[in-house]
Amino acid sequence: MNAILQATGLVQQYTTAKSLFGKPGTVRAVDGVDLTVNPGEVVGIVGESGSGKSTLGRMLLGLEAPFSGRVSYLGRPMPAPRSAEWRRLRAQMQLIFQDPLAALDRRLTVAAQIAEPLDIHRIASGAERQERVAALIHRVGLRPDQARRYPHELSGGQRQRVVIARALASQPRFLVCDEPVSALDVSIQAQVVNLLRDLQEREGLSMVFISHDLKVVRNICDRVAVMYLGRIVEEAPSDRIFADPRHPYTQALVSSVPKAGAGLRGRIILQGEPPNPAARPAGCAFHPRCRIADAACAAKVPALERHDGRLAACLKLQSNQRTAA
Amino acid sequence: MSFVLIRDLKVAFDGVQVLHGIDLEIAPGEAVGLVGESGCGKSVTWLAALGLLPGKAQVRGSVMIEGRELIGAPRAQVEAVRGARIAMIFQDPSSSLNPVHRVGRQICESLRLHRGLRGAAARSQAIALMDMVGIPSAATRIDLYPHEFSGGQCQRLLIAMALAGKPDLLVADEPTTALDATIQAQILDLLSNLRRQTGMAMVFISHDLGAVSAVCDRAAVMYAGRIVEQNDIGRLFDAPRHPYTRGLFDAIPDLDAGRARLHPVPGTVPDPRKLPRGCAFSARCAAASGLCQDHQPELRPQRQGGLLACFHPAQEPAARRQEMLA
Repeated sequence: MNAILQATGLVQQYTTAKSLFGKPGTVRAVDGVDLTVNPGEVVGIVGESGSGKSTLGRMLLGLEAPFSGRVSYLGRPMPAPRSAEWRRLRAQMQLIFQDPLAALDRRLTVAAQIAEPLDIHRIASGAERQERVAALIHRVGLRPDQARRYPHELSGGQRQRVVIARALASQPRFLVCDEPVSALDVSIQAQVVNLLRDLQEREGLSMVFISHDLKVVRNICDRVAVMYLGRIVEEAPSDRIFADPRHPYTQALVSSVPKAGAGLRGRIILQGEPPNPAARPAGCAFHPRCRIADAACAAKVPALERHDGRLAACLKLQSNQRTAA
Repeated sequence: MSFVLIRDLKVAFDGVQVLHGIDLEIAPGEAVGLVGESGCGKSVTWLAALGLLPGKAQVRGSVMIEGRELIGAPRAQVEAVRGARIAMIFQDPSSSLNPVHRVGRQICESLRLHRGLRGAAARSQAIALMDMVGIPSAATRIDLYPHEFSGGQCQRLLIAMALAGKPDLLVADEPTTALDATIQAQILDLLSNLRRQTGMAMVFISHDLGAVSAVCDRAAVMYAGRIVEQNDIGRLFDAPRHPYTRGLFDAIPDLDAGRARLHPVPGTVPDPRKLPRGCAFSARCAAASGLCQDHQPELRPQRQGGLLACFHPAQEPAARRQEMLA
């Protein structure tokens, strides 16, 4: 199967402002990530804030050039950001953000917003343009009369539908969704998740779904990569990773999801907070918070290796089997 | 006797009523969850009770603290309760702290106001509080500024400030919503440990049903400015009876389930300016009849415990229970 998107050895590095005491430092937001997205596949990326998941998403779309490593789309290298070739490609690759109100222009009607990509990519004009907009509005479950509304007149869920309609206008093949339902209420969240699933299945879209909400990721993704401090620490099919997580960080993450009616018993409570990417711990970045880390973990960076039907980066995989079950 | 007794609390902004008569009791030491979607009035209930709403808000009804009325009480009397007897923490910890003052000074301010502590006594008490909420090396970090702490630690600092007055009730308004998953777990753990240590009561306002069930004894579900169902956590989660409560439960994806389609609640929350005449949920409800559209169901005690406001509630789970026992 030919991958729709392939990322190899992606690194993103930012220079921090000069501190009081001298020279500027560098922060590695993403530190060597390999990721493949197959046609029609939904790949989830989970992790806490600062884990580099959004930066990774931006590099996958070519919105940021990586510091090193490369991204290829349909077997061809990603053109430089903002180049003419990249702009042409952007019709096929779209992004959906968390906050729909910030993503929409509040001075434009819903119909005008959805029509914008059609104009930019010169896809349709005149009557065909109007028809397309009407069809998109219908496809995302908005009412025809809402075409004339402005963003502030819509609810959060309806606004996110507008953003989705606009993203679909240029008939993309690849979609990066960055926390698309995190700002929505539970009952509305389910509506938008179902909409994304339907669209994905009907059009065979490939998707990267970035979220900190494991329950939503479990529901929508085929495969999941867990990131910690810029690296993938575990990657497996969604069924497997949630039923039987093996990396100690994934285990803690899965157990931290409050279950209705289950109380606080049996949860793994991690000590401390995710470290600052500017001061990455030596060895395995997770070892200061890990229950099973020893001296070896502080010394050696574990590689992402095949282990029992998944990829995991931990030196203690053998001894950690089923201990958390 | 209940510690807090709220009766028929109503709030309107610019003539638009957003709270339609809330009745709620909190017993000493009890943890009660308030669940609902944005705009349902779960925060407004407590902001109104503690006199924290802007002047244009019209508040009616009664909020009694150990038999003393708070609504319409003189400012000094409200201030003797707020922060001291009842403390509140909010969703966004970094915007609740003053960025230009050292955290120690902010905790000491709370100690001075509510316990009259000053100088070295206040400082050592502030360090003790920071220890209590799990800030490592509190003695050296007391003189840092809020931006030198992470989001989770800022929330711990706010909890420390809230505990400074030794409150009988802590109102936590979405205290974990802005935090990462593993930090959320830490804060929930901290809150339930503190409750065990101090014996204070807690009101936990959240849209996260899982978090509510983890730390509360009892929960009230709110919709469009009314409580629609209230019960013990166990009963409420085993057998939700209001169609909205059931809808909420069904809408949450299950980590243990497969990739089944989700069951959203259709439609959206009604505009408070254009509420339907009858039950506010009727337009989104599969069980609604003509009765629901014209009449407002009252919140009534149920035979098997709990309160419910619905003309067509889901069946009692007796049959299901027996099946499980068989």
